[in-house]
Amino acid sequence: MALLEVQDLEIAVRTKGKLLPVVQGVSFDVDDNETLGIVGESGCGKSLTALAIMGLLGGTTVRITGGNIRFDGMDLLTLSDGERRSIMGNRMAMIFQEPMTSLNPVYRIGDQIIENIRQHQKMTNAQARDRAVELLSLVRIPNPSERVDSFPHQMSGGQRQRVMIAMALSCDPKLLIADEPTTALDVTVQKEVLDLMADLQTRMGTAIVLISHDLGVISETCDKVAVMYRGRVVEAAATENLFAELAHPYTRGLLNSIPVVDSDVDWLEAIPGRVPTLEEELTGCAFHPRCALVTKLCATSVPQETEYKPGHSVRCHFSGKVAP
Amino acid sequence: MLAYTAKRLLTLIPTLLAASILVFLFVHLIPGDPAAILLGDTATPEEVAQLSAEMGFDRPLHVQYFIWLGNVLQGDLGTSIFFRQPVLSVIGSGAETSILLASMTMIWIILIGLPIGILSATRQGTWIDQITSSGAMLAASIPTFWLGLYLIMIFSVTLGWFPSSGFPSLSDHGGITNLRYLLLPSLTLAAPNAALIVRLVRASMLDVSREDHVRTARAKGLHPTRVAIKHIFRNALIAVAAAFGFTFAALISEAVVTETVFSLPGIGRLVVQSILRRDYPVIQGVILVIVVLYMVVNLAVDLAYARLDPRVSLK
Repeated sequence: MALLEVQDLEIAVRTKGKLLPVVQGVSFDVDDNETLGIVGESGCGKSLTALAIMGLLGGTTVRITGGNIRFDGMDLLTLSDGERRSIMGNRMAMIFQEPMTSLNPVYRIGDQIIENIRQHQKMTNAQARDRAVELLSLVRIPNPSERVDSFPHQMSGGQRQRVMIAMALSCDPKLLIADEPTTALDVTVQKEVLDLMADLQTRMGTAIVLISHDLGVISETCDKVAVMYRGRVVEAAATENLFAELAHPYTRGLLNSIPVVDSDVDWLEAIPGRVPTLEEELTGCAFHPRCALVTKLCATSVPQETEYKPGHSVRCHFSGKVAP
Repeated sequence: MLAYTAKRLLTLIPTLLAASILVFLFVHLIPGDPAAILLGDTATPEEVAQLSAEMGFDRPLHVQYFIWLGNVLQGDLGTSIFFRQPVLSVIGSGAETSILLASMTMIWIILIGLPIGILSATRQGTWIDQITSSGAMLAASIPTFWLGLYLIMIFSVTLGWFPSSGFPSLSDHGGITNLRYLLLPSLTLAAPNAALIVRLVRASMLDVSREDHVRTARAKGLHPTRVAIKHIFRNALIAVAAAFGFTFAALISEAVVTETVFSLPGIGRLVVQSILRRDYPVIQGVILVIVVLYMVVNLAVDLAYARLDPRVSLK
């Protein structure tokens, strides 16, 4: 049994009295020591999926309407609030897209890490502080025993994201969810943060769910990939297999829109159109208004998930025809 | 922190000087001979001329100012025309009442404003929030003199629980229990200001609760109450602290009305009576004291601000 199993997850947003589905029938699983990448454009439901796993879907407007999430043998959706909180920040931790604003500006970073440690482990303040210094040095913050007393505004974006990682790792989580952890950072810092995460994974055996809109980041760091489009997983496979044979026209479009330094192409290919908004009613395949291979069938019938190759699933009526 | 405090103290000096010039000019801005104004309608020309020479009104204005400033710095604010006593001791006699009234009011504002504001924010959209929010709206809209009179009618006249007017000193018979004389006035003064704080705490907490670091706090698995107090309220307090300076300014003007309604022997009522008596040295003295007090309170607010928000003092 996998560490994390998401089955047929459905999430809906309540607007103007109506429930609009934003995530539909999403399934995947992640094993120990494995990295799953979830990729897609803004608004495809990848962040909501991550927040749902973590238990951070806020308030009454966004909620889980179906499916289940199993973590380490527990059904997360049936746990009490207290039981759920004992997992959050402990066996399952999350880092966010906005390192500049994700730390509380009025507390020293050390105290923020200590708070997480002491929430879940019986430790004195001094012990937790030693652990915080150790964690800061683990994420390669220089002079950790001094920087532990810094305030967030005294650190750069990259350093703050390292602090977030240190905080997330403070209770040795089995699963780390990283929602666009490098999007707000400079390219060179991006690489450092990703390397750091990969390095920590090898040392600690943590499972990682990495959410990104950047196929380049995903291809370098993930063992397997799920491509999401408008609330559904449209293609999923081991990273090697996926990039060897792109089965879905959307994935292909995403890849073609990445510039390649050595190529002679004058114009980058872009996927025409945009992700349809939630209010727009769509029949058939959600990608059909933007797809080059569109037929009448695509506009009327939702493609079911089919096995394109063993371990490589896709939702497209014409999955075979887009292979290079 | 020390350097910041020193810097803020230094910036007080020019402000104080400017304020002292305005206060000094106060008597001279009223049309006519200041000596004639000070002496009132019944004075003879000889008396006016004598006082003019006594007070130095015949000398150039800037000379008068420096003499006056020198006296003020030595604690001499002049002599009350009505009481025939030094202004400082006249003000001093009202200080006990006013300081106790202001302190009790501040305590009410904190005890009522902060918890209800937190409750209202954490129960956003529920009936608790509806009741506290509309209650705050009501309290903020009631004029203090009207509320004061109503409280007197209910709790003093009808129920007879609290005295309706006056305030014997704490050193008089009754000692600390004399504070009951200040209960209704302080509640009257606190009501609109506490309402303001309720609304401010609620609004700032709702603002902060949408910030990213609150999501981080929740992701740590902290109990919602701990997230609300330690993370949301603590950050909201920065905005609330700034408002306490304004609240203090509002208290000064509202105290004038409240002390009059409850016949309290405080500085507020002293101002009203001194204006009616044309006791200009006292008015001048009170204004100066209020200016200094106001600046000290705002300095305290600024220091609290720097203490609450680590990003401030380092700039």
